[in-house]
Amino acid sequence: MLSTIGVKSIEDLFKEIPAKVRMQRPLNLNAPMSEPAMLREMRKMAGANGDLTQYVCFMGAGAYDHYIPAALRTIVNRQEFVTAYTPYQAEVSQGVLQSIFEYQSMIAALTAMDVSNASMYDGATAVAEAANMCAVETRKNRILVSATVHPEYRAVLESYAWARGYHVDVVPAANGVTDAAAVAKMLAGVGAGADGAGAEAGAGAGAACLIVQSPNFYGIVEDIAALFQTAHDHKALTVAVVDPISLGILEAPGNLGADIVVGEGQGLGNTVSFGGPFLGFMACRDALIRRLPGRVVGMTKDHDNRRGFVLTLQTREQHIRREKATSNICSNQALNALAACVYLSLVGKEGLREIGVQCINRAHYAAERITALPGYKLVYPQAPFFKEFLVETPIPARRIFDKLSEQKILAGVPMDTFAKAANCAKCGDGSASSHENQMLIAVTENRTREEIDALVRALEGLK
Amino acid sequence: MTEALIFELSAPGRKGVSLPEADLPTPMKDPSSFLSANFLRKDAPELPEVSEIDAIRHFTRLSRMNHGVDVGFYPLGSCTMKYNPKVNEEVAVMPGFSAVHPYEPAKLTQGALELMYRLEKSLCEITGMSRFTLQPAAGAHGEYTGLLIIKAYHANRNEAATRRKIVVPDSAHGTNPASAAVCGFDIVKVESNERGGVDVEALRKLMGPDIAGLMLTNPNTLGLFDENIAEIADIIHQAGGLLYYDGANTNAIMGISRPGDMGFDVVHLNLHKTFATPHGGGGPGAGPVGVKEHLVPFLPYPLVGKDAQDNYCFEEPNPLSIGKVKAFYGNFGVLVKAFAYILTQGHELKEVSELAVLNANYVLARLKPYFDLPYDRICMHEFVLSGKRQKKNYGVSTLDMAKRLLDFGYHAPTVYFPLIVDEAMMIEPTETESIETLDEFSEALIRIAKEAETNPEGLHAAPTTTPVSRLDEVGAARNPVLKWTAAK
Repeated sequence: MLSTIGVKSIEDLFKEIPAKVRMQRPLNLNAPMSEPAMLREMRKMAGANGDLTQYVCFMGAGAYDHYIPAALRTIVNRQEFVTAYTPYQAEVSQGVLQSIFEYQSMIAALTAMDVSNASMYDGATAVAEAANMCAVETRKNRILVSATVHPEYRAVLESYAWARGYHVDVVPAANGVTDAAAVAKMLAGVGAGADGAGAEAGAGAGAACLIVQSPNFYGIVEDIAALFQTAHDHKALTVAVVDPISLGILEAPGNLGADIVVGEGQGLGNTVSFGGPFLGFMACRDALIRRLPGRVVGMTKDHDNRRGFVLTLQTREQHIRREKATSNICSNQALNALAACVYLSLVGKEGLREIGVQCINRAHYAAERITALPGYKLVYPQAPFFKEFLVETPIPARRIFDKLSEQKILAGVPMDTFAKAANCAKCGDGSASSHENQMLIAVTENRTREEIDALVRALEGLK
Repeated sequence: MTEALIFELSAPGRKGVSLPEADLPTPMKDPSSFLSANFLRKDAPELPEVSEIDAIRHFTRLSRMNHGVDVGFYPLGSCTMKYNPKVNEEVAVMPGFSAVHPYEPAKLTQGALELMYRLEKSLCEITGMSRFTLQPAAGAHGEYTGLLIIKAYHANRNEAATRRKIVVPDSAHGTNPASAAVCGFDIVKVESNERGGVDVEALRKLMGPDIAGLMLTNPNTLGLFDENIAEIADIIHQAGGLLYYDGANTNAIMGISRPGDMGFDVVHLNLHKTFATPHGGGGPGAGPVGVKEHLVPFLPYPLVGKDAQDNYCFEEPNPLSIGKVKAFYGNFGVLVKAFAYILTQGHELKEVSELAVLNANYVLARLKPYFDLPYDRICMHEFVLSGKRQKKNYGVSTLDMAKRLLDFGYHAPTVYFPLIVDEAMMIEPTETESIETLDEFSEALIRIAKEAETNPEGLHAAPTTTPVSRLDEVGAARNPVLKWTAAK
């Protein structure tokens, strides 16, 4: 090989690198490990984590333990999918392209929107990108977001907004839901308020959009139709953040006035995986299609008039438009989107409804039994919820969590998890929702009666 | 060969999932018992209704219409489509990694935190940086994060309003200017010199109090190492700007040269390229960002550290942190695979780069007589040919030749990039290919160069052996059909 190249040694291939920037010592890393040695090392680390095959999980807050059909793994492990890249050469990428087209079709159907993209990094970045679409479309730089949107999503939104020079105003919550009166006030006032002016009248005047999550961070189903009507009355666009699993039984946001629908797609066949990789989904109305970030697949014909699929509308994208692109996103989360596509194919129209029915029934059964215990009550007893609910606990929720984890039960997410990060303005502020005597409890279709009863018994047994 | 859409395979009442028993004390109630009617869905979503075997066969057939590294050679320049060792997949699906909830406390996630801690240390050593965030989900996301750090650094010095310009070479990846724009910067282009590197004099002229930084890939997108890197770093630093390293091409330099030693202040790596995690058809990837000491306070929150008892924990955020760029901590499943790869390679990562560069130069030497080579130098892990001669003499475009390669069972190289080379063909063989594969591929491309002379019509018609022939992209964009709709 060296003689074909015309050099004497491998070292000769690197002689253009100036000595000054050459590394003069070996990398200070471990000696190469054999596969069995590496597996042993990794098993040790894996074993130091409390995983959901050993623990019963009532934790949610954006990552849920839904059942993943075995058939899904078989498909998602097909190495033709796993070891491919972005489908630049459509003729040898029809598998990925058609699966994305099917995924887009399913997301559009679930949300009742005109068009879906090929997916985003996660729910949080999808929210931030949606806000950007609205700001560019309306040429306004003020984003209204409800305090009941997941605090980490709001933190990501803040960082993206800071980058582009947008202002984020948080609509306060009242009784666990977006304060409708505050929305109206913030949209109706004239003149912009000061940064972080909260509910102050006029703070969101000239807002690009209103972002509302439903079911919201506390699991509560919001009246988004009414909120979005108010937003539209004030010429703001509307962004709904939804749980796709809920859409088998909950009204599609497209029928409730959403201009853009985004959310976290993890629940659709992806493991919780310590927080990633997940996928964000994003769908919008036709009118916004040229603002849509990321990959989009379209149907077309080949030279022999056969149906085929290609990446399309690429004049929105960075590799063509460079600094004028709608976003800098290059890839999507293709394999996670494939999992979502396969999941929705396997569960189908009826299955998704049944999963929704099971979630809502099991969650209400759990809530009923838990709040029958002395000292436990729903923080928002009047609010309708889907699969997750906020409980006030008689002792600090963190203590309950720690005690129950000794019995291999992850009782929920203690709300002190979201305490405001000390001194860090941009690190997100969940402080409004951070109460040490509150626990957010998620109950999916994957939690049996026996497991729920065991949770209740364990709570009962606490001193 | 085409495959029906899953919707077209649908038959009412079919289902491919086994749902849990209704084991509650009372039968499952209709959602209307819990929610008022205005919250409930009136029309069920148009999802397909298929059995498990229907779904399995449908997606298996789709997979067979797809080229991946496991199917054949994939010399897609700039994407580092190396072989992904299967043992890493085995690690990633261990329940101790794949089935851990992100809000489990530190005492239940010591292994996950240890992995992140040790991965960060390894990446610091490989790049010569002080600390890394593992949060960004992809290369472009890493660029965004790195640029935000640069912005926050200038803002902290009260210079955000004046330092608005990011310099980007004309050979840069499209994500570079796009990421800078997302961060609110103005983009200034710097030309390349006759050796394919940054034109140092032109760069010098661009400097001023408005410069925020320079984004550079080294080796660059031509596969060439910029020998003037130390001088370039000096120029930027003297102007008060910061130097950003696009790590897309790190596969060429591990153990050989470190961006930290070249003078870069911020670096992103693509774990899905350099560290062998599979590309997944376009994700998930991971784009960790490393910085030098002076930028550590600006890193996204949270970082993994150790507490007083030497347990792993998430550190308290620095007040200057840019906040979060993603929910939770990053694409953890991808981080697991990358760390497994680093453990198996260890300090021999240097050999990975040596072989990647050897393979690229070998294929370059074999192909050089048949194509134009705009920059005739020793290349790094990839090189860029031009199909100008074939275009001019025979009317055969680089696209024609790329499509013809598909008929030979290869993925095509990256084409028409970088933009500064006409009819560009960017080839990156990677270190994991044998000499036999490299020879067979070279011979196929040489044969195609000859076909350009003898049978240009045949090349215009290529590919002919793929599931579909060339697709009408113009039609797709003009009349977008972006979803399936039920026949009325």
